[in-house]
Order: sequence, then structure tokens, then C-alpha cells
Amino acid sequence: MSSTVQGSARPTARPSRLVVLQGWIDARFPMTRLFKEHASEYYAPKNFNFWYYFGALSLVVLVLQIVTGIFLTMNYKPSAADAFASVEYIMRDVEWGWLIRYMHSTGASAFFIVVYLHMFRGLMYGSHKTPRELVWIFGMLIYLCLMAEAFFGYLLPWGNMSYWGAQVIVSLFGAIPGVGESLVEWIRGDYYISDITLNRFFALHVVALPIALIFLVIAHILALHEVGSNNPDGVEIKKVKGPDGHPVDGIPFHPYYTVKDLVGFIVFAAIFSCVVFFAPEMGGYFLEHANFEAADPLRTPEHIAPVWYFTPFYAILRAVPNKLLGVALMGAAVLLLFFVPWLDRSKVKSIRYRGWLYRSFLFAFAISFVGLGYLGMQPVSTAFTYAARIFGAIYFAFFILMPWYTKADQTRPVPDRVTYDAH
Amino acid sequence: MSADAEQIDASRRHFLLVATTVTGIAGAALTAVPFLASWKPSARAQALGAPVDADISKLEMGAILKVNWRGQAIYIVRRTPEMLATLKSPEVTGNLRDPESKEDQQPKYAQNENRSLKPEVLVLIGVCTHLGCAPMNRFQPQDPELGASWPGGFYCPCHGSKFDLAGRVFKDVPAPLNLKVPPYRFITDGVIQIGADAEAA
Amino acid sequence: MMRTSMLSATVAAKSMGRTLSLLACAGLAFTLPSVGMASEGGALQQAHIDVTNTASLQRGARNFVNYCMGCHSARYVRYNRLGADLGLSEAQVIENLMFTGERPYDTMKIAMRADDAKRWFGTTPPDLSLIARARGANYLYSFLKSFYIDPSRPTGVNNLVMPSTAMPHVLWELQGYQKAVYEGESDAEHSAVHKTFKEFELAEKGKMNPAEYDQFVRDTVNFLAYVGEPMQIQRRNLGMRVLAFLFVFFLFAYFLKKEYWKDVN
Repeated sequence: MSSTVQGSARPTARPSRLVVLQGWIDARFPMTRLFKEHASEYYAPKNFNFWYYFGALSLVVLVLQIVTGIFLTMNYKPSAADAFASVEYIMRDVEWGWLIRYMHSTGASAFFIVVYLHMFRGLMYGSHKTPRELVWIFGMLIYLCLMAEAFFGYLLPWGNMSYWGAQVIVSLFGAIPGVGESLVEWIRGDYYISDITLNRFFALHVVALPIALIFLVIAHILALHEVGSNNPDGVEIKKVKGPDGHPVDGIPFHPYYTVKDLVGFIVFAAIFSCVVFFAPEMGGYFLEHANFEAADPLRTPEHIAPVWYFTPFYAILRAVPNKLLGVALMGAAVLLLFFVPWLDRSKVKSIRYRGWLYRSFLFAFAISFVGLGYLGMQPVSTAFTYAARIFGAIYFAFFILMPWYTKADQTRPVPDRVTYDAH
Repeated sequence: MSADAEQIDASRRHFLLVATTVTGIAGAALTAVPFLASWKPSARAQALGAPVDADISKLEMGAILKVNWRGQAIYIVRRTPEMLATLKSPEVTGNLRDPESKEDQQPKYAQNENRSLKPEVLVLIGVCTHLGCAPMNRFQPQDPELGASWPGGFYCPCHGSKFDLAGRVFKDVPAPLNLKVPPYRFITDGVIQIGADAEAA
Repeated sequence: MMRTSMLSATVAAKSMGRTLSLLACAGLAFTLPSVGMASEGGALQQAHIDVTNTASLQRGARNFVNYCMGCHSARYVRYNRLGADLGLSEAQVIENLMFTGERPYDTMKIAMRADDAKRWFGTTPPDLSLIARARGANYLYSFLKSFYIDPSRPTGVNNLVMPSTAMPHVLWELQGYQKAVYEGESDAEHSAVHKTFKEFELAEKGKMNPAEYDQFVRDTVNFLAYVGEPMQIQRRNLGMRVLAFLFVFFLFAYFLKKEYWKDVN
């Protein structure tokens, strides 16, 4: 193809304007370098499966919540007198307000679905194990902030369930001996859940926690990219590198995973749209019926329950006969997750090569979590309390016994290379 | 792989990339529409900005009534025959920037000598076309402050702009345009509705 | 309507599949009956509302304005919005639905003051804009059909679905008065705890026969369901279009992914 004819040298092509602009920016800001490091030359394992969509989807939902949240804030009024009416104003009088509202309310539930599946992936494939402990810790901090964000956000519509849910959860802190009552008053800023409480929860929900979440998500991804992604086989792909210096089992995130995550995003968008457009209340689980009545301090809803994504922990709280101990165990149920990288003594990362002990415990843990979630939504009964105690015991056993069963487990030898079927 | 198969691959890849990108951009644009549209005046804004009725049955000759419409002061003046006469005088029309109201500052039915539907009732938006202050009424001719040749009209205290008794702006003042006439119509002889257009004659 | 049904035919399989997978993912929890909807009086009757039935909504609007708005406001509903959604002209709205000099862009507020109402009824009649979303159409339908004579109550009536309700039987002229018939009831001393409700019996006839009254209540509840979420029809229509778009987008993205991933072995 090359021309060897004398005297007909092709004129040197002038670089395109876009390339010149790129060079100008790169001399002042690491645009191309960052893109290469984190996308086009970030080598991710080629055997990512279905479970690996949920990290990217979590990021998508975060952006969705921030954008819809900003537009809701444009019309929402954070005062006890106006909040409920302002939500109906958005639903009826603001053009497309109903859609923005439904996207935000569905997004809140979608966030937890996606995050719970993302966390479960971690537990399955040992993504918490060395050298990814900090990825896990940042992830857990994100989870804590997310729960706080959802809790503060839920008060904002100032519906009857908003009010009473906040009343119940905030008063839990009163169980702490000595400082409890003062703490509760300090959180509320008043002697009862009031306009003052609403306004400060608004500030936390709209400003403080989103900022914290964004920083934590950046830290989470940076920590991940520093060590590289795990995969369903739990094989460290960096151990086997090709002649070009890249892991042989790795592929550049861009374009392979950008294109794959796009498909995942579209499927998610379709399911999300089914909810938003055809069942935004989701039978009362995403938008609770009692919340279509304004907050009434004189009338408790027939049945107070937190939103579905908190119910597993609520079930644990209710199962314990002592209030303080119940609060402590509920807290422990969340905080124990922080310690998983150190509780897990297995040499093997992925469930594919672990023995039946870990598989059984993880399976039982998952069943218990779902079971507790179901029980947390039900009214109190002796049978349900009994069941919650059993599920609760299994839940805690997953963590407390982990140092033993992960060590005692009969693992299989882990291959050097990932298992991959072309698809 | 033969070069042929590679060719197909490349063009298929290119087609799919373009198709996906175009659909994606279209989707993004469609998704942006509700967010941008939410900025349009809401039903409540439209309700609050709805036409306002003003009862002028008790408005005396030469007096002014001010009402609020869409957050703006609306001036309604019942003009005397003397006031109407000044509108025609050459001393006045000669000193106006836009005596025939050629600029688009009024509805069609107010694009006449009196800048109004009925000669004796003047309806103006009381916002100076310079920088938005509320002009004061100075209906008395030969006002001590404004000079012996002052025919009567409106005077804006902020930067000294002057308008005649039809709201037309004088030359040599900072304001560039005549005072705006809002859409309005007569419900009855004694009630004006501001914010709705009069039916085409 | 036609466009919607054609569109829904083409996307039926896909949206069905998606809805089914959604329901499948949901698991146990969604098979539960809605919490807080059942009442002491037994199972709620099915209202079978249909907010696409504009004629029914129009009748319901008329019913609401004539019988309910004496005490119940619908403060989030605007008359002009009502007109637009129900296919009524502004003149029709003013003539048939507006009696006290409001403007079409006003909301359906009432003159009764909350503290007056509290004094007269013991409780403020709630605003009904969102009642259908808070309690459900079946509850409202059953409620309006479950008033019965009870001399022990200040209003002379009680309600099976909401015992000791402060609301009088506003629709007595239309339905007449019902009596509650209990199983195992004897003449004198059976305490309320041991009685089980069997059925209602019409003690006094109203202007409407039971079928007409049932239609009246159904229309009114239909209207309340619409009022709870006026944009629900547009919501579903748009949803169809969104799913159709996503389907096309999915096809392109899927084959694009397949194409690129041929590189990976």
C-alpha cells in the first residue's frame, strides 16, 4: 500500500481540529490519561457475568436520583405547612412533574434492589477479600449513607407514614442509656417531629448526603481501579500477563464493557419504566397508601412499617424483647458487614471453588435476609416473632461463625485462568 | 478470516454503532424534554397569572386606578376630553419617539391615536421601558417641575423618562419605547378584564 | 384509543414478558393483600372501576359536586383540568360543576371552615383529592354502600366498613335506608361481639333502586379514582411508547454488543 514512487510525496496531513483541541486540554488537564486509565486501558476480566451489571447500574441510579431530585427541589417546599401540598403541586400542576416524582420514588427502591444485588455479588465471588478490603469498606460506607439518605428523604413528603415512621425510628435512639432522650431531642431539633425536623432532614437529604455519596462513590471506584476488578472465578487476572503487558484474561473496559453495560442499562430501563408507567405504587411497597394522607400527629396509621428496604433490620429490632438490645442488634446487623473481609478466612475467593459450608451459609443468609424482610412488613404476632428470631439467628451466625466455617471449608483448587464461554 | 468477512464485520460494526448512537442520542433528548418542560409556568402559575377584572364604574374623570396583573402594576386612567385633545397636538406628537405606535408595544386594537379600545379609558402596564421603575402620574399640564410645555402624562422618577397621556415616550429621554399596553377587553362598560384579548372586530 | 391498542398489540409480548419477569423477581411479598385495606365488616366489595370510561367520570363528577362538596373539598383538583380530562367545555364545567362563583382555574375548595366542621361532626370531613390512593377504590365503594340504621349513633346511621363513622348517610335520598341483618340474632340480649354480619336489608326505599344506586356509587368512586391521579391515562399511554422505544434501542445495543464481543475469545 505504501507509495514508493519518487517525487509524489504525500503532503503531511494536518492534525484535525478535534485532535488539536484534545492536545490543548491534555496539556492542562489529564483528560485523555484519565480516560485511558479508567476506561479504554482499564483491563477488566473478560468473564463478567449477569451479577456484574449491578455496580454500573448503581451508578446509573445515583445519577438518576440526583437529576430527578434537583428538579423536585425546584418545586418542593420543605415546611410542615406546605410540603404535602407541594408534592401534589408537582404531581398535578407542574408540567411532567408526576413523571419526575415517580422516577424519584421508583429510583429510591431501585437503588436498594440494585445495591443489595451488587453486595450479594461481592459475597458470592469474594470481592471483599484482599486486596479489595477498602473497596468493600467504601462500599459499606456508601450503604450506610444510602440508608440515611433514604430515611431523611422519606420524611420530606410529610405524609402520615413519613411522620410516624420518622417518629418511631428517631425515638429508637432514646433507648441509649443516659444520653438517649437528649440525643433524640437534638436530632429532632424540637420536642416532637416538627417543621424544624423536616427542614433539617431536607438539608441533609438534598445537600449533605448527596455530596458524601458522590465522594464515596469516587473513592470506591478509585480503590477498585487501583487493584483491578475481581471476577466470578476469583482469579487474579494480573498474575498472567501477555506480551503486551496486559492481563491475558483482561479486556479493555471501553469498548467491551461500555457496550455490554449499555445493554444492561436498557433492560434495567425497561423494567424501571414498567414500574414508573404502569405500577408506580407497586402495591403500596414503593409508594405507601398511608402516605397519601397528610401527616397527622393525632392519628397513627393502622400499621407502621418502614419502607421495604429497611424491613430486614426492622424485623431484627422487633424480634428482640429488650428495646436497647434490639437497637444494638439492629445496628450490629449492619455493622458486622464491615468486618467481612477479616471474618472470611478462606484462601479461596469465589463461591465456585468454595466448599459446601460457605455455600450453605451464604444461601441460608440470603433466605434469612429475605425472610426477615418479609416479616418486617407484617404486623406483630407470636409466630412471626418466633420466625424472626430464627432467621435473625441464622443472619448473625453467617458473620459470627464465618472465621470458623471459611477456614474449615473444603475448597477446590483455583485455576490460573478464568473460565470463559464466548457470548 | 478472509478480507471479505472482515469488511462485512467493519461495516456491520459501523452501522450498529451509528444506529445505537443515534437512538441513544434521541433517547437522551426525549428524556430531557420532561425536565426542561417542567420549567414552563405550572397550572398554578397560570391560575395566578389569569386575567384580572377591574371595576372602573366608579373611576372619576381624570383619575387613575392601579391593579395588579402577573405581578405588574396596571394603570387605568379615565381620560378627560382635554387630556385626549393633547394627544393630537403637534407640540406633543412632534416630540414623541414613536407617535404612531409602530413598535410592538400594544395589541392591534390599541394601535391607534389613543392607544386604547375606547378613547376615554387608557390601560397601560406601569413599567418604564427604560429599566423598569413605576412611572408616576403627572396629569396636570404645565407641571411646576416638568415645565410650562408639559401637556400632562407620566414621569418616571428614576432617570427622568417622560410619557404622554397615551403612554407614548418623548424624545430625549432614556426610555426607548412607549409604555406597553396589556391585552384587555371590556366585559361590561364598567368592568375591564386585563389579560384577555378583545375579540377581533 | 386506537393508536394505543395497536401499539399495545405490538408491544404486548415484550411488555408482558417484562411485567412477568418483574413480578417473578418480586417474589413472595407481592402476593400479599394490601395492608390496612380490610375492615371489621368482612371482605371489601369489588368496585371494578374504569377511569377510561369518560361518561362514568362525568356522572361521577356531577355526583361529587352535588352530594359531596357540601362538606368535602378536593383542594388539589382544578376545574379546568377536570374539564380537559373529562371532555367538557369550559361552559359545561361552569354550568354543571361550579356553583359558587369560582373561576375555572381555581381548585375545588369549599366554604365550610375546618373548625366549624369539627364542632358539628366531631371531626373535619377529609379532603377527597387523594382518598382513593389512601384507602383504595374498593374501600370507598364498599363504604358508600354500607350505611345502615343505628339509633345509638348521633347521625342515626353507622357504617359496616368504618364503624362509628361521623359521616351521615348523605345519599339516603337515593339509596334509602338499610338495616343490618346478623346471623344468630335473637330478639334481645345478644351482645355485639357474638353477632356476625349476614347481609343488608332495605328498610326504606330511596329514589333509586339498588342497581341504579350501585351505578351511582360506582361512578362516584370512579371519579374519585381519577381525581386521585388525573394523569394516570397519559402515564400508561406514554409507558407503551417508552417500552416500544426501548425495545428498538435494545435490539441495536444488543447486536452492537454481540458484534464487538466477537473479538473476545
